[in-house]
Amino acid sequence: MLRILFNALRTGVVTTNYPAVPNVPPERFRGQPLFSSSNGLPPPEVCPTAALSEHLDAKGRRHLALDLARCVFCGRCTEDQWAGAVAAGRDFELAARHRADLRIEIADDGTAFPAAGLAANSEAEAARASAEIHRVLGRSLHLRHLDAGSCNACDWELTALLNPVYDVRRLGIDFVASPRHADGVVITGPITRNLETAVRRTIDAVPAPRIVIAVGACATGGIFGEGYANLGGVDQVHPVDVYIPGCPPRPEAIIYGILVAMGRLESRI
Amino acid sequence: MADQPLIDVTVHSPPGSAGVPPAKIAAKMASLPGKGRGVERLLIDVLRAGSVGSVNAETGPRPSDITVRLGEKNDLASAVAMLTGQFTMTLATIVATDETAMPDGDLKVRYVFEHTTADAPDQFVTLVVSVDATSPEVPSLTTAVPAANWHEREMRDLFGIIPVGHPDPRTLVLHDGWPQGIFPFRKSFDGSQRVPVEPADEFPHMVAEGEGVFEIPVGPIHAGIIEPGHFRFTSCGETVLLLDARLFYTHRGLEKRMEGISPLDAFYIAERICGVCSVAHGLGYCEALEQIAGVDVPKRARLIRSIALELERLYNHIGDIGNICAGAAFHYGTANGMRLKERLQQMNERLAGNRFLRGIVIPGGVRLEIPSHLLEVISVTLQEVLVEFDSLMGRIEANPSVVDRFDDTGILQNQAAQDLAVAGVAARASGVNRDARRDHPHAAFLESNPPKLNVVTAMAGDAMARVTVRAQEVRESIRLVGEFARRLTPGPLKVCMNEPLPSWRIGISAIESPRGEAVHWLRTDAEGRVDRYHLRSPSYHNWPAVALAAETSIVPDFPLVNKSFELCYSCTDR
Repeated sequence: MLRILFNALRTGVVTTNYPAVPNVPPERFRGQPLFSSSNGLPPPEVCPTAALSEHLDAKGRRHLALDLARCVFCGRCTEDQWAGAVAAGRDFELAARHRADLRIEIADDGTAFPAAGLAANSEAEAARASAEIHRVLGRSLHLRHLDAGSCNACDWELTALLNPVYDVRRLGIDFVASPRHADGVVITGPITRNLETAVRRTIDAVPAPRIVIAVGACATGGIFGEGYANLGGVDQVHPVDVYIPGCPPRPEAIIYGILVAMGRLESRI
Repeated sequence: MADQPLIDVTVHSPPGSAGVPPAKIAAKMASLPGKGRGVERLLIDVLRAGSVGSVNAETGPRPSDITVRLGEKNDLASAVAMLTGQFTMTLATIVATDETAMPDGDLKVRYVFEHTTADAPDQFVTLVVSVDATSPEVPSLTTAVPAANWHEREMRDLFGIIPVGHPDPRTLVLHDGWPQGIFPFRKSFDGSQRVPVEPADEFPHMVAEGEGVFEIPVGPIHAGIIEPGHFRFTSCGETVLLLDARLFYTHRGLEKRMEGISPLDAFYIAERICGVCSVAHGLGYCEALEQIAGVDVPKRARLIRSIALELERLYNHIGDIGNICAGAAFHYGTANGMRLKERLQQMNERLAGNRFLRGIVIPGGVRLEIPSHLLEVISVTLQEVLVEFDSLMGRIEANPSVVDRFDDTGILQNQAAQDLAVAGVAARASGVNRDARRDHPHAAFLESNPPKLNVVTAMAGDAMARVTVRAQEVRESIRLVGEFARRLTPGPLKVCMNEPLPSWRIGISAIESPRGEAVHWLRTDAEGRVDRYHLRSPSYHNWPAVALAAETSIVPDFPLVNKSFELCYSCTDR
């Protein structure tokens, strides 16, 4: 017992100060891919999860678009001959309230398009629920986690939020055992056919107003596509208030997204 | 107290000095001229002698493997009995394929067996049986080989191949409301379509009945950040009489999703079957693919792959020990396990750009170099983690209230572990001396002079044994990382994988993931795309063992028993 106390004292405080102090990910971290040049843009087929797409506009320009909701941050579009056109950025604070805000686009004449349809949709359910929760609950948010077919990487990162390093309880965030005790749900995974009913019933069991947060590429965009066994993303079943891209998003990225949901931080764009 | 010898743990230094493998195969091999080849001839002769129909043997998929085509599927039971009896082989996996569009015009089932003893060769023996697509039936092996149970139920669900004589008629992968007669893994089924949900009766759980007997339903949504599965306990008081686990809630149809696409693209799906086995599953897929392509991965890449594999084992094992402490309400252990795991994952992010080491392994080699400054980071971090880990283990072992919870809790008997072909820590903690790094050398263990691997086993089969085996393996992994790092010499990181890949070739690999041996089976189609991929994860064979172990304990100990196995739902369900 004494040794345990001694060890605890010797270890000291290991908890991060994020988000009060910004966090800089390591050099090799693959965050948001950045279009750095319009020359030599990769063909969409480079992307193994179909996050890249292209189209021609009225002026005949080729547009390349990246859907961060489907991106698994593998870095394939930033390598070999495409290294000059696309670079792996280090930005991880990518949470957005609208799926459309996760789309970045460039035309082959170099014109960059920030997200389409910015946060214009002011009456959106998302913003309303968030404002309501902020009003009712102030700075605290209790969430229920829902694994809807994840590979468990996102789940482990959610667990990490409770470890001594991230300790999200210091921010008023906690995970609860029952949906009836929760202010919202955090969903990982693409919603499998075998879980659809359980997911719907769990969301319904959370008292309104409630927040729905989709964590990770499977949940935000459904990297595996629709199929006989999976529905291809949370918004196929229920409106999503905040999307947190990543495969998996690092713990700081999830904290950022939850704080966006609480209205304590601005979402991207 | 950290260096206090752990109770009941045996370390098997190669060659097989301490744990003599089941004597039969060793004696048989020693008595034969030319070892491996002689056994092959003997094996084929024995199979021929016991079969009514034709028996055609050929080498493959790898040069050391044998594929035996049985002309008469009723010969299957006797052939399997010979492999598992006389040749002490273990079921590795069962792979069904739809070949109705090929010249044979049939469905095929491949039963893959392996040796899992210290002195046996790295060899898979595949029995191939042809199944008529109009009346798809094969004799069931489950009553003789319990490990075949889920495999056979899975092929009944996904291919409509009926294992005749299987004791369990219930569905496994496809849940309530799936229409009768639709088999998603048949080639005629378009995997991207939605299938209507039909009204269904309640799933018939296996329960015990009697006075004072209760049913406790748990899940699929659990009270915590855990993967989904349904557990139906039948208990009398606190004692668990029966546990029926229903899984496959996270079945995403990934194997079907990979069919027809480029094997190089499909890699990113294989790497994402399971989060905490990303390196192991990515590597297993790559090794199978590299066999098909006929490429040799450079030495430096193999060493970096092995370093990544051990780093994956480390953060898993240390995190698991922390989690097991949670099962015994020892929060100091939980917090420290989480803290050390976090430290390792932060190191992973510096090394790979991803906390789960995604993005290191790619087909043909590795994507990232480990420069000397990162090797230094790894070395310093691991030494510091080792000191803290030893201190944590000292606190666990010196704490009677924790040891008392671990001891004799969730016992898996050695015979049960063998019958179910249990893999990994769970097998070794029940006295089964198997480790795919030794039994099926991969990555750096493929070198001509591979690093020495000490396989750790324990006999007790309880939660304590699984903790102590993990603890020793943590120390062994740290030693191995140092060994691999010392062997690193400058060289290329990858070889080019050119498409299209050769058509109609099979690749097979077995990787020791943190949870045990995972068997990957991959075949290309006529255009060199993925025709069929199948992963038999360690958890797939281990889940039935959890139910057995839980039945030796009380309901409140189930979280502890479950955590001591630490199995994956997502790589079981795929």
